[in-house]
Amino acid sequence: MSFWSDIVWPVVVIAAQSVLLLVLLLVIVAFILLADRKIWAAVQIRRGPNVVGPFGLFQSFADLLKFVLKEPVIPSGSAKGLFLLAPLVTTTLALLAWVVVPVADGWVIADINVGVLFILAISSLSVYGAIMGGWASNSKYPFLSALRCAAQMVSYEVSIGLVIITVLLCAGSLNISAIVRSQETGLATMIGLPWLSFLNWYWLPLLPMFVVFFVSALAETNRPPFDLAEAESELVAGYMVEYGSTPYMMFMLGEYVAICTMCAMMALLFMGGWMPPIDVAPFTWVPGIVWFLAKAVLMFFFIAMAKAMVPRYRYDQLMRLGWKVFLPLSLVYVVLVAGVLQLTGWAA
Amino acid sequence: MIQALFFYLFAAVTIASAVMVISSRNPVHSVLFLILAFVNAAGLFMLAGAEFLALLLIVVYVGAVAVLFLFVVMMLDVDFVELRQGFMQYLPIGVLVGLIFLAELLMVAGAWVFAPEATATATAPIPDPAQVSNTLALGQLLYTRYVYFFQVAGFVLLVAMIGAITLTLRHRAYVRRQNISVQVARTRATAIEVKHVEPGRGL
Amino acid sequence: MTAFPDFALAGPELLLAAGALLLLLIGAYGSEKRSSLVSGLSVLLLLVAAVAVVIGRDGSTFGGAFVVDGFARFLKVLVLIGSAVAVVMTQRFAVAEKFFHFELPVLIVLATIGMLLMISAGDLIAVYLGLELQSLALYVVASFHRDDGRSTEAGLKYFVLGALSSGMLLYGASLIYGFTGHVDFAGIAAAAAAGGSTSLGLTFGIVFVATGIAFKVSAVPFHMWTPDVYEGAPTPVTAFFAAAPKIAAMALFVRVVMEALGPVKAEWQQIVAFMSLASMILGAFAAIGQRNIKRLMAYSSIGHMGYALVGLAAGSEAGIYGILIYLATYLAMTAGAFAVILSMRRDGAMTEDIESLAGLSRTNPTVAYLLGIIMFSLAGIPPFAGFFGKYFVFAAAINAGLYWLAVIGILSSVVGAYYYLRIVKIMFLDEPKGAFEPMGGEMKAVLGISGLFVAAFALVLGPLGDAALAAARTLF
Repeated sequence: MSFWSDIVWPVVVIAAQSVLLLVLLLVIVAFILLADRKIWAAVQIRRGPNVVGPFGLFQSFADLLKFVLKEPVIPSGSAKGLFLLAPLVTTTLALLAWVVVPVADGWVIADINVGVLFILAISSLSVYGAIMGGWASNSKYPFLSALRCAAQMVSYEVSIGLVIITVLLCAGSLNISAIVRSQETGLATMIGLPWLSFLNWYWLPLLPMFVVFFVSALAETNRPPFDLAEAESELVAGYMVEYGSTPYMMFMLGEYVAICTMCAMMALLFMGGWMPPIDVAPFTWVPGIVWFLAKAVLMFFFIAMAKAMVPRYRYDQLMRLGWKVFLPLSLVYVVLVAGVLQLTGWAA
Repeated sequence: MIQALFFYLFAAVTIASAVMVISSRNPVHSVLFLILAFVNAAGLFMLAGAEFLALLLIVVYVGAVAVLFLFVVMMLDVDFVELRQGFMQYLPIGVLVGLIFLAELLMVAGAWVFAPEATATATAPIPDPAQVSNTLALGQLLYTRYVYFFQVAGFVLLVAMIGAITLTLRHRAYVRRQNISVQVARTRATAIEVKHVEPGRGL
Repeated sequence: MTAFPDFALAGPELLLAAGALLLLLIGAYGSEKRSSLVSGLSVLLLLVAAVAVVIGRDGSTFGGAFVVDGFARFLKVLVLIGSAVAVVMTQRFAVAEKFFHFELPVLIVLATIGMLLMISAGDLIAVYLGLELQSLALYVVASFHRDDGRSTEAGLKYFVLGALSSGMLLYGASLIYGFTGHVDFAGIAAAAAAGGSTSLGLTFGIVFVATGIAFKVSAVPFHMWTPDVYEGAPTPVTAFFAAAPKIAAMALFVRVVMEALGPVKAEWQQIVAFMSLASMILGAFAAIGQRNIKRLMAYSSIGHMGYALVGLAAGSEAGIYGILIYLATYLAMTAGAFAVILSMRRDGAMTEDIESLAGLSRTNPTVAYLLGIIMFSLAGIPPFAGFFGKYFVFAAAINAGLYWLAVIGILSSVVGAYYYLRIVKIMFLDEPKGAFEPMGGEMKAVLGISGLFVAAFALVLGPLGDAALAAARTLF
């Protein structure tokens, strides 16, 4: 009896939760992808995909079918095992991060103590997909791209880590749900207007760090203007040059899931996660997951706009920004935040 | 039981991939197996309740150190067949040293008596995990009792950094560097010069 | 929550650390012209730290990991003087050879911090961290002349072998921890004393730790790196290597075996005695055939560390007193000798050939006489400083019943006298080969002071001896 109730049942529950999360996530990613293209098109005064379904809403599903039905081609000189492993690693890792993301109060598969660190660890692992893909292709452009990608991600991880540290200092916990809950009080309660809860969130006191995080998130996920790993004018398509059909789709999927993770991170760390922006009646009726999604989608909108508006950086500019601007800035801010918290006694 | 199952899984994969690190022919595969070993070791840490250390292992070693390692291995054109040429020549002495070491280790292991205080003194500063989270406990020790070691370790890393820079950085005069502030500070007056060219005379 | 530890005891180290960071900033944000400023400031910093060491108070902090006592203070002052002299002697040479960057004095200061931490180490973790801080900086300065193949080779060799020895030290430390349950010296000593018959594991731990430290003091059979590194490293760096790090490593050796392993003297005494014996003999015989003066100094330093280890093998208060006197005289002799070696410059190029000293008595008699005094002293001939150092360690060995060690030590110093006196012979009896370029002022000062110190050591022995005696007593 205890075997069933203690071991099998929890596993079944977790599996069911995971499947539900995965399905929803993938559907959302499909529409996010479409939104990306639509926003890009709108900025350039184009229509974007508008053929499949009403307003082109089913474009992503059509793309999925197309990718899956094509023949995968494996280059003759490639390291076959690694070549096929690389897209799998990218996708799996990207999806794995969502295990600790609380989409609403208590709605999280694994509410572990070190959730933030888990996401950081997963995103630092995702570089292996690119490196393995680039190396296994046995081709020059993918290899160059893999090196670029690795250097870029390792560099920006440093500033992301430091930004997260400032948030952790304020929240006093590594648990993501606890970080969100710590944003229940803040500036708004301090100025005596507790219903203005959007002022409580960390985006305001940590505004410079929020900006650094946003830009670093672009670099970490290889989004424009930092998409040097797949800069088509120099490297054709980067580490994905030799890929086609399903493996290529998995790379793309992994990339977009990683972007969604970053959006979710920004929503959770800086924008109060599932909490309503104004703590009065009509807003509090809306379920937390809606607020969370709304915030994450808002962040994605900014990311998509950045892609549409900002020209691509040069590689040395990218490195300069990461090491010479963001790193000192975030270091100073860590010291500043720690000092303020210590001196004012706000630290938990 | 699940714990035990996962322990054996992680332990077995760690050992197997560690064996592959030294036995695989391709150095890139070796590094990838090393990474696998790291990840599984992190899993073992996680099972032991050291969640912070587990994730730190992944962030630092797998996410940064091993990436650079992989970098070097990929970029270097190491011909391992050539490297192994002298292998047989040194094999006898290597085996001899290995055997001596093994004998010594066996002697030590044979006489293995844990100091009775080893566990007592080690466990003393560990707070109750139910009350203090792993990360908090580590931080409280690291920044008070072990602050000296922490700072000295920081200095060791600083020296390594200075060393790496002094031994490799070369200021090459012919490299043109971007100076963003100069570029931004450019005005119309400094950027263009208007020349009046009389018709038919040229410049 | 543990109470926050007392930082004030580590004042000199904190001063050096903060100063090193500041110098780094000055150097990094200034042009190359600031390099000499950084160099000057680091000498000042080291001397101020020496004053801070002298006026500091005794005690232990950081949970016993950092100990300040008379022994530590005596040796810290020696190390700081040694490092300051090294920085003083570096600048002109490095500028002339075109490898001077501001990082060089900064790295020497950082290495000095490591040495001070080694001297003050009160537990095994502190030992390892101090050693690593020092060694890492030394590896870098060894290959500092990066356009010179020999310098790079020296750094690489030093690094690879040093890493191996650090590994040994760590392995030994882990064994000691496993078998005693402590990392702090007092705890290890108590556990070892309580253990009655020592376990095999502890013995293995001692062997590995001794191996690791012996590498740093370059005692035979872990000396192999010394001649190559001394020869390859830029000469001022060699001058630095020969003095301060040796003193620090010897201090560490003394502290580890006396404080942590005092109760198990029988276990380490034979190891130390063997290393001492082998170092003395090898230092005496291997130096005979050397043509290169830097290699000669390398073997000489191996031999001298062997003599100093005689005092440790005795393991008595008198022995430690002997070591302290020995290290003080060794510092002065090395500084003086290297001041001359650094000035062996002819036709715009350095020479390292012993023969090029020929006829120095006629081309530059003052230098020749001072170097002659130093060579006599290195050979251990009375009434110069080197004699007293040797006398005290051998006397301690005889008192401790190690007659054979003392006898072999005296015999090997007779053999060693041959090559020191050969230099004197070359300087005074051989035909001149042309004058060196004139010596720099700071070299003259270093040579003059150390020569005087060595010559008139009998006069300073009183106060110095008192200080050394007080220092040695703190370990018992």
